[in-house]
Amino acid sequence: MPIVALRGLVALLGRFPALAGVDLEVGAGEIVLVQGPNGAGKSTLLRVCAGLLRIESGSAEVLGHDLSVDRAAVRRSVGLLGHDTALYDDLSVEENLRFWARASRVDEAAVPAALDRLGVSPRLHDVAVRHLSAGQRRRTALAAVVVRRPRLWLLDEPHAGLDQRGRDLIDQLIVDAAGDGATVMLASHELDRTVDLATRHLTVAGGTITADRRSDSGWSSSDEPGPGVTEQGGSDVS
Amino acid sequence: MFRDARIVAAKDLQIEWRSRVTFSQVVPFATLVLVLFGFALDANRPVLERATSGLFWITVMFVSTLAVQRSTSIETSDGARRALLLAGIEPAAVYAGKTAAVAVQLLLVQVVLVAGVVVLFGAEIEAWGLLISTCVVATVGIAGAGTLFGALVAGVRARETVLPILLLPVLAPVLIGATRAFDDAFGSVAVDGWSWLGLLAGFGIINLVLGSLSYGVLLEET
Amino acid sequence: MTIPPTDVAAHTGSSTTRWLGLAVMAGVVTMFLLGFFVAPEDDLMADSVRMIFVHVPSAILTYVAFGVTAVGSLMWLWKRSVWWDIAAHAAAEIGVVFCGLTLVTGSIWGRPTWNTYWEWGDVRLVTTLILFLMMVGYLAVRSMGGDEAAVSTRAAIVGLIAAVNLPIVNRSVEWWADRTLHQQSSITDGKLEDWTLFTMVLGIVVWAMFFLWAMLHRFRVGWLERQLRVGDLDEAIAARRAEAVDAGGDA
Repeated sequence: MPIVALRGLVALLGRFPALAGVDLEVGAGEIVLVQGPNGAGKSTLLRVCAGLLRIESGSAEVLGHDLSVDRAAVRRSVGLLGHDTALYDDLSVEENLRFWARASRVDEAAVPAALDRLGVSPRLHDVAVRHLSAGQRRRTALAAVVVRRPRLWLLDEPHAGLDQRGRDLIDQLIVDAAGDGATVMLASHELDRTVDLATRHLTVAGGTITADRRSDSGWSSSDEPGPGVTEQGGSDVS
Repeated sequence: MFRDARIVAAKDLQIEWRSRVTFSQVVPFATLVLVLFGFALDANRPVLERATSGLFWITVMFVSTLAVQRSTSIETSDGARRALLLAGIEPAAVYAGKTAAVAVQLLLVQVVLVAGVVVLFGAEIEAWGLLISTCVVATVGIAGAGTLFGALVAGVRARETVLPILLLPVLAPVLIGATRAFDDAFGSVAVDGWSWLGLLAGFGIINLVLGSLSYGVLLEET
Repeated sequence: MTIPPTDVAAHTGSSTTRWLGLAVMAGVVTMFLLGFFVAPEDDLMADSVRMIFVHVPSAILTYVAFGVTAVGSLMWLWKRSVWWDIAAHAAAEIGVVFCGLTLVTGSIWGRPTWNTYWEWGDVRLVTTLILFLMMVGYLAVRSMGGDEAAVSTRAAIVGLIAAVNLPIVNRSVEWWADRTLHQQSSITDGKLEDWTLFTMVLGIVVWAMFFLWAMLHRFRVGWLERQLRVGDLDEAIAARRAEAVDAGGDA
């Protein structure tokens, strides 16, 4: 059973067709890199798969749930890391994680381990989130996703704002998750590192998928990036 | 659902405890309003005594708009609203939890306000039971309606000025009822306060139901 | 859901609105004549009784308009009916004008009887004042920016809350007036004589026609506004996909 099955999917942001007809099937254990220019619809695609946006037309099934009928069921089973962190500024790192763990019905005992994996120093556990740097906040937000052990990971620019070690940690997380049988979809401009990581490479432009390649069809990181992407050196945090 | 509501309420109160907005900002504001009323009414004892119930509840109305705005703004910080949906918490549970947290904060402010009117306006409390019951029942209704409107105006520009316009007309029955009940509790007017409590309870129940049903639509669609 | 494009009209008039408009004008003139010259003075209130010809129709149409807004709000939330959404908005705008008129005429009319411009014991008038404030709030929410569907949903919820709470407001003001103030019988109670009754009923009819006329125009404006913004969804989708081609991709 495919983890994600989209056919002719149209999703509107207000009146604007952010996704204008997407056909996609993703199976378990895949690591899918979604790339494309700003405004192409990458974030929207992830949010639709998370069950956050209504679909206008077409069909969409995520983790066996029909998105036009039951988005709430999808939401509980995915882990989305968006551009924002969903952390409460006044609470400490640990308090935030405990709240999200409780809310997601996950055992709170998993919290310290998740923070460890993301390299959030124990010294910071009792610090209010408002005092953290952007990178540390990102790690904490990711820890909140890790703690839920979702079957489908949806990561929007996960490397953004992190230092080298942080980025390595993310990569390891992604590989581990896929190894556990979860599916990972990530949108990223960091082609240098993620192209090797991914088992599949989607290019999104104009609200549709314009290119879809698998790693066994023999591309390497030295290939041209997909159409519509500007070359960049270093990170491009959108 | 109740478990989730408790989690949300606990989180809101925890944030409040951490940031101390109610205690360091709202309580002083409430007290200040009472003092200003004193000045405005020329410290005229008889007038102040007669007006105590009304002044008390008007102050509570103003404070409630602040409390609701604060409660709503917690969730607009950095996508928390969306995350609540993702966590799989039912919107009605979020509503119930946030309403409960706002109600607790309002009740704490009212404790201070009661002390304030006793001290500043010379109010004498004859019926404690009525007083406390009125506070609790009225506050539930205020918090229920307020939380719903708070979510409604969230994320929109000029939110601060629209909330009072929406909330206060709807709260008119609460103002009328609570004030009359307080009049009875202070013994200043011969009214039957307990019958007004029934109206307040009806208001509370109806608006809580309305809120639980509508909150989900708001979270999902806006 | 999309609104099918129609021939974009240059104006919102039609033969219906023209006939209605003429009828309204004729009606108003008739009312004026009847009201001032034919209907008798009232013993108590002298000439100010003539306010009734404007006050009562305005009040009735206010609540009709509010009813449309309430139903429209429900239909939007339930069936996502764009038609009802536009109707709700139009009715609220027109209704708020009628409401203001009701309050002003009520106040002026009441002055001779009550000796004040406002009688808190007049339950209906006080409730109508609260309704006015609620409608203003509704319109304020409508004018907030944002995603069109979100605005409609927000406004619809406000409309429903108002509709549910208005009876509670009415009941509480009634109890209040009963038990603490001396409830004033509303200025509109009491018997009405032939010509007065006739003119008032005529007033209701004329006001109703005016309401219809205004609704038709306002609704059409709303419809056209939506069309301008929506265009055709398929066109928008095609334009969106074309971005990919522009960017050099193979769509």
